[in-house]
Amino acid sequence: MMEELPHPYEKFLRKDRIPHIWCEGCGNGIILNCFARALDELNIDLDKVVVVSGIGCIGRVSGYTNTDSFHTTHGRPIAFATGVKLANPELKVAVISGDGDLFAIGGNHFIHAARRNLDIQVICANNFIYGMTGGQMGPTTPLETWTPTTPYGNIEQSFNLVHLAAACGAVYVARWTTLHTRWMTESIKKALQKEGFSFIEVVSECPELFGRYNKMETGIKMLKWFKDASQVQHFSDPAKAEITPNRIVVGEFVDIEKPGYTKLRQQMTMRAAEKK
Amino acid sequence: MTTISVEKPKAIVRSGTRFISGDIACAEGALAAGCRFFAGYPITPATEIAEHMARRLPEIGGVYIQMEDEIASMAAIIGASYAGVKSMTATSGPGFSLMMENIGLAVMTETPCVVVNVMRGGPSTGQPTMPGQQDVMQVRWGSHGDYEIIALAPSSVQEMFDLTVQAFNLSETYRVPVFILADEIVGHMWERVRIPEHENIKIVNRKKPSVPPSNTFAPFKPDKDLVPPMAVFGEGYHFHATGLTHDERGYPRTESAEAQTKLVQRLCNKIRMNKERIIQVENAMLEGAEIAVIAYGIAARAALSAVRKARERGIRAGLLRLVTIWPFPEEQVAEVARQVKAIVVPEMNCGQIVREVERAAKETPVIFLSKLGEEPHKPSEILAAIEGVQK
Repeated sequence: MMEELPHPYEKFLRKDRIPHIWCEGCGNGIILNCFARALDELNIDLDKVVVVSGIGCIGRVSGYTNTDSFHTTHGRPIAFATGVKLANPELKVAVISGDGDLFAIGGNHFIHAARRNLDIQVICANNFIYGMTGGQMGPTTPLETWTPTTPYGNIEQSFNLVHLAAACGAVYVARWTTLHTRWMTESIKKALQKEGFSFIEVVSECPELFGRYNKMETGIKMLKWFKDASQVQHFSDPAKAEITPNRIVVGEFVDIEKPGYTKLRQQMTMRAAEKK
Repeated sequence: MTTISVEKPKAIVRSGTRFISGDIACAEGALAAGCRFFAGYPITPATEIAEHMARRLPEIGGVYIQMEDEIASMAAIIGASYAGVKSMTATSGPGFSLMMENIGLAVMTETPCVVVNVMRGGPSTGQPTMPGQQDVMQVRWGSHGDYEIIALAPSSVQEMFDLTVQAFNLSETYRVPVFILADEIVGHMWERVRIPEHENIKIVNRKKPSVPPSNTFAPFKPDKDLVPPMAVFGEGYHFHATGLTHDERGYPRTESAEAQTKLVQRLCNKIRMNKERIIQVENAMLEGAEIAVIAYGIAARAALSAVRKARERGIRAGLLRLVTIWPFPEEQVAEVARQVKAIVVPEMNCGQIVREVERAAKETPVIFLSKLGEEPHKPSEILAAIEGVQK
């Protein structure tokens, strides 16, 4: 007789939402697992966590997380999270969304939340394409790769997300691939405890679309690419960390202290109340 | 360490007789109604609302934030409302266009919130410092899909205060975004306003769930009035909300015709079914009237003056002023139409609400008076139309 054992992270998931919609070989489950592990290891009160996501494959993550959660319009999770965090600063507000959602349609919200040093954690699943709509190119698609909308090869330069986040003022910036689960978990833990705006890019595999169009049609083949191309270089210059087919620089890039927006707002509110 | 305070309303409401602008009255109305979160983006002629909120909200422990654009402003007020705080934004045409996306999200996720549009001349950048009534259809139909919202049209600075309080109450009652459709004149005009004592201001707060958190909690299960009680973040309910078509658990149901029908019809019906409780109109001299003017907002003030002058000249004219423009007061208009021989509709656009009036008026002829640009209608222009019908 086989004994049915509960999944160790069951309490972090909405069981009635499983099975999830993600494809075989997708990296999103790994990110969700690392997020749950980070919450578990920090022993965070789940009543005070809000998971916010936008539109896209990873956007469904908010529906699977057993916390308060909100699945916003495309590109707007950070703007929504701003309202949540300011209205109730006791809440830990984590935005988990994709590269198209956060950096194409939602790019403006990202740069301004980072500039304000809003106390939220943003985790970006970067699979290089728009998965939900069939794999079209996006702002992180590397040069000379193939997608349904770049049938002759991509001619656009891509965003280097860790450089962008650092330039906008994020106090914590890290990049990992879905192979680096322990490091990713440690980074999420750090981000959850950090005052101010923290950003973690997770290079994630989409074998169904990005992989199929670029001769890596299985999850294993994509992970092999991550393994061969990854170079751990902590606190290296984020400006020099572009992702190319031969090189994915991973590690922590920024870990600095700067007053968070919530703290400055509380100080300002106290000044205003005294002046009244 | 929550920054949103629950300071006694008495200390917040600036009761008494005040000489203020429409935009300031709107901001004070919001504060009196319990608004403690404002997100916005500067835009003429609504900026004074943001400036007043930027000064007043921190004083009382509330939050003012200037966002990067109006898309973000609308998203932020939805977030604040889900965190349990009454929230508002204010804008004008160009910003209103940007808000359409997340107005749809507020409708779909049944978010209580108030959006003020101080209308200027459009389309596009148009005439920033000139009045208009050109967004009265956009407010109803501007976001995709179909839905019902509530929109109120103030005609005076006093109403900027009163109707903003009501807008919050309606949004909390029906869990729907409620709109104040003012215009540049009403927003910038200074008039005497009587702000009641705080205990005389009726405040409505959203219904809270009567059940404790559990893993079967249904955040979108409606009561008999078709409105679900609202759980907010941080209370332990661990609920999910999405802009996708969803069931009562809040879970996506993207392939079910039944779920789509049930949800969208309820979103419409919770307003339609409660129309009588929502709609407000004001009658002036309609008794025995043979000619009616139907107007709203700034145009209604000249209309009242025109109707008085017509009566002085022995013409039996009256005014039906639409305070609520959405849901449209169809029955009230139809009733007036049955009584009179013609209806005059002055609007600061090329013909918007007049179409609704025509639909409700059926056989009764409707004369439309368009006005664009700097000036509102003159009473003499409306009077001339009334006299034209009389001949």
